[in-house]
Amino acid sequence: MVGLECFDGVMASRTVCYNELQGRVKLMANDLVRPEQFFLNRFGMNESGLERILGNALERKADYADLFFEYRSAEGLALEESMVNHTSKSVSHGVGVRVCAEDRTGYAYSDEVTFDRMRIAAEAARAIADSRAEPHAAVQVGGAVTRHQLYELESTPLDVPIEERAKLLRQIDELARAYDPRVRNVMASFAAERKIVMIVNSEGRVAADVQPLCRLNVTVIAEDEKGRQVGSFGGGGRVEWSYFLEQERWKLYTREAARQAIVNLDAVDAPAGEMVVVLGNGWPGILLHEAIGHGLEGDFNRKGVSAFSNRIGQSVASPLCTVIDDGTIPNRRGSLNVDDEGTPTSRTVLIEKGILRGYLQDRLNARLMKTEPTGNGRRESFAHVPMPRMTNTFMLPGESTPEEIIGSVKKGLYAVSFGGGQVDITNGKFVFSASEAYLIEDGRATRPVKGATLIGNGPDVLTRVSMVGNDLALDSGIGTCGKDGQSVPVGVGLPTIRIDGITVGGTRA
Amino acid sequence: MAQVDAALAEWVLGVARRNGATAAEVLCVSAESLAAGVRLGEVEKLKSSRERRLGIRVFMGQSSANASTAELERDGLEDFVAHTVGLARLTAADPSAGLPDATLHPRSFPELELADNDQGIVDADTALAIARRAERAALSADPRIKNSEGAEFDSGRYRVMFANSQGFAGEYEGTSFHIGVAPIAQSDNGAMQQGYWYTANRHFAKLEDAEAVGAMAAKRALRRLGSRKIKTTRVPIVFDPDMAAGLLRALAGAASGPSLYKGASFLVGKLGERIASPLVTIRDDGIMVGAMGSKPFDGEGLATNRKSLVEQGVLKTYLLDSYSARKLKLQPTGNAARSVGDSPTVSPTNLYLEPGSHSPQEIIATVRQGLYVTELIGFGVNGVTGDYSRGAGGLWIENGELTYPVQEVTIAGNLKEMFQSIEMIGNDLLWRSSVVSPTLKIAEMMIAGA
Repeated sequence: MVGLECFDGVMASRTVCYNELQGRVKLMANDLVRPEQFFLNRFGMNESGLERILGNALERKADYADLFFEYRSAEGLALEESMVNHTSKSVSHGVGVRVCAEDRTGYAYSDEVTFDRMRIAAEAARAIADSRAEPHAAVQVGGAVTRHQLYELESTPLDVPIEERAKLLRQIDELARAYDPRVRNVMASFAAERKIVMIVNSEGRVAADVQPLCRLNVTVIAEDEKGRQVGSFGGGGRVEWSYFLEQERWKLYTREAARQAIVNLDAVDAPAGEMVVVLGNGWPGILLHEAIGHGLEGDFNRKGVSAFSNRIGQSVASPLCTVIDDGTIPNRRGSLNVDDEGTPTSRTVLIEKGILRGYLQDRLNARLMKTEPTGNGRRESFAHVPMPRMTNTFMLPGESTPEEIIGSVKKGLYAVSFGGGQVDITNGKFVFSASEAYLIEDGRATRPVKGATLIGNGPDVLTRVSMVGNDLALDSGIGTCGKDGQSVPVGVGLPTIRIDGITVGGTRA
Repeated sequence: MAQVDAALAEWVLGVARRNGATAAEVLCVSAESLAAGVRLGEVEKLKSSRERRLGIRVFMGQSSANASTAELERDGLEDFVAHTVGLARLTAADPSAGLPDATLHPRSFPELELADNDQGIVDADTALAIARRAERAALSADPRIKNSEGAEFDSGRYRVMFANSQGFAGEYEGTSFHIGVAPIAQSDNGAMQQGYWYTANRHFAKLEDAEAVGAMAAKRALRRLGSRKIKTTRVPIVFDPDMAAGLLRALAGAASGPSLYKGASFLVGKLGERIASPLVTIRDDGIMVGAMGSKPFDGEGLATNRKSLVEQGVLKTYLLDSYSARKLKLQPTGNAARSVGDSPTVSPTNLYLEPGSHSPQEIIATVRQGLYVTELIGFGVNGVTGDYSRGAGGLWIENGELTYPVQEVTIAGNLKEMFQSIEMIGNDLLWRSSVVSPTLKIAEMMIAGA
């Protein structure tokens, strides 16, 4: 099962944070401009050594081998009960060696970046390949891959003094508590990381990238005589610290979290059964991620285990629906200059006016399906094998205004905010859980209802889309997608849409 | 490469002290594993890994900071510790922060047999052979099993070392072995269903037979074929053991200290109250020999133990680390969990619901119309309110018997009421993971469907 979650939520640990070590390793400006040099300098690598390791990896009858180097620094701080009482930092590095032969993959990694360890890893990884009679031609490392320039930051939030970041969390606390006397508790956290990656493959290609990422989260608990409720909001991306101050975004996040908690205090039981549902714009695009996106990942389709297998060219949605996966949108959480196999990311049309057009591919599955990689080969870290994954997945806008869409519904549900979702790829059934929703009565959004899970069938749900709004919005930068134990940051987006029938899992008949 | 041992831990704590830290902890975890996967009888993947990380928490009085690193050479560690102390100076003083009460550290540890001394990491050829046997059993179970997402065998070994500046030091080793199989059944109309089944144990010899795991996975795929969506209705719900275990995990989350002191739990203020049917007794046992969730000491060096979370429906304790215990003016319960570079969190150890006397068949036989739930998807559990709404699948019960498979429905209720209305408890408790339950029958829940 695969799925998308936005917030770890208050049930999770007291605050999970990451952080950066500025100890022995100083990142020089030059390393960031030419990340290819970073690993060579930092770990004493050289081209002839890399060629030798790739030669080792290809000693048996393999089609392809690559080395993935990663150096990640992360830093985080968190506030609860009006104190920034948690700070943490981490640095991790390692190298993974992958060998592919037909549809087999051998992978080995080590957190010691040395030629010795890499040779041992190469020997372990090549075990999946048969022995060969003819030696593989020597690998010549050279050609650098041209990467996009989607997040060339002047500085990352890691360069901003911790005191300044802590101060913002305290301001968030004050603002949330001032929002309403029913606000009981505020939790705020800020996490930032910088990943430097380098991929060297047996075709001699070298790709490297510096990938900044950060996220600000606010969670508010409100309480009145009826009970307690929670509200959450957050955002971020591959952006600078100033992003959170511009347009007073931090205030927006805070007010949204507080507003949601307060609204939910008055929520009535959600209805149960199939009904018309209007999804608000932005993060409700999680629908596309679950219902469509995962089912179109190349690995599932190459194996024929997806509910969308062998359906290219068929109608799987209403003609109003065009769905895109685009890893090239500047500064987005789901964007990358190159994917984790060194392929530049791209814009892939998944569904065009209702017709299924394409799959998301990594190198292995593209080769086996005799097509081109789409720049969707991603992995959580050096400890993981790349797989086809989404980047930023969204639906193009239509003609209707949100007011027209809500106004068209006599009785139904208007869902504007969601927690996580999940999908069973093989039978296509997916869920996503509303955290803020309203009844629609006679064309108007009325009473708030308690959170409820929506369930549908991926290949079917978009055929029921009868109106698409002109208000496409991407989410604020909070999504983390989980697949086969690997988490990667992603984005989603949606205009307001009307679905003529999806099952709402409330408690009221 | 630097040796990870008690001497290194002692040295790190000394560096922290020299840099002005008033207290410190060091945690080092090293792990190795090999995972082998086959699909349709052919090798699909081999993954071997080796990792080692060191984490510290340092205190400057009531201020603290966490950090972790993969760099274990001493000159690098010097800087690492100094920077972490600097970070702590920037952190707010928290009156509840600090190491646990030193008198609570155990002086000796129970022997828990967490590691298999006869079997280390299983070599690639053997691992692949086991995965092949498991998948073959699934593929040959029925002609409708037409595809596969493969079978995996993996084995791992890890070592945990923990020490703090008030004299506690301890270490332990563990192993784990796992077989998982995911065959796909297809009906005549082309609709596909996956079945998944697994076995996991700390001891290789105690794994279930690979063929039996494969056969069960096939059975689970086949019984989902022809699933229907049913009408919206309110009926009794029977949770199979794996799905019932999810209810225990949700309860443990709500009973854990961090959720409680934040006011983010539906169990706030419920200690000593009846929160479940009197049939329900739930225990947390961290010292069960050989069990998946056992450990000789918890994430801050306190003794793990055996206790009742719920006794005949009454909430007897919360699950607490020393921070949340101080916040709630209670004593820590030995449930601190720890990952390298993070503050302690809380988790149950081995959590189980005491089995009852009824066989699953007897329980199903009491239901005139209802749903036997064998799958749940999504994250629709709100720990703050107890509201519960998840995607569900299973088998429809008609006049006490399992009939056709059901899919694309949700079940919804509130955990507070769901636990109160547990009517029957099965006798089928099996230790398949660290959180386990027998079959449970809940009086009534809302099913949303067509």
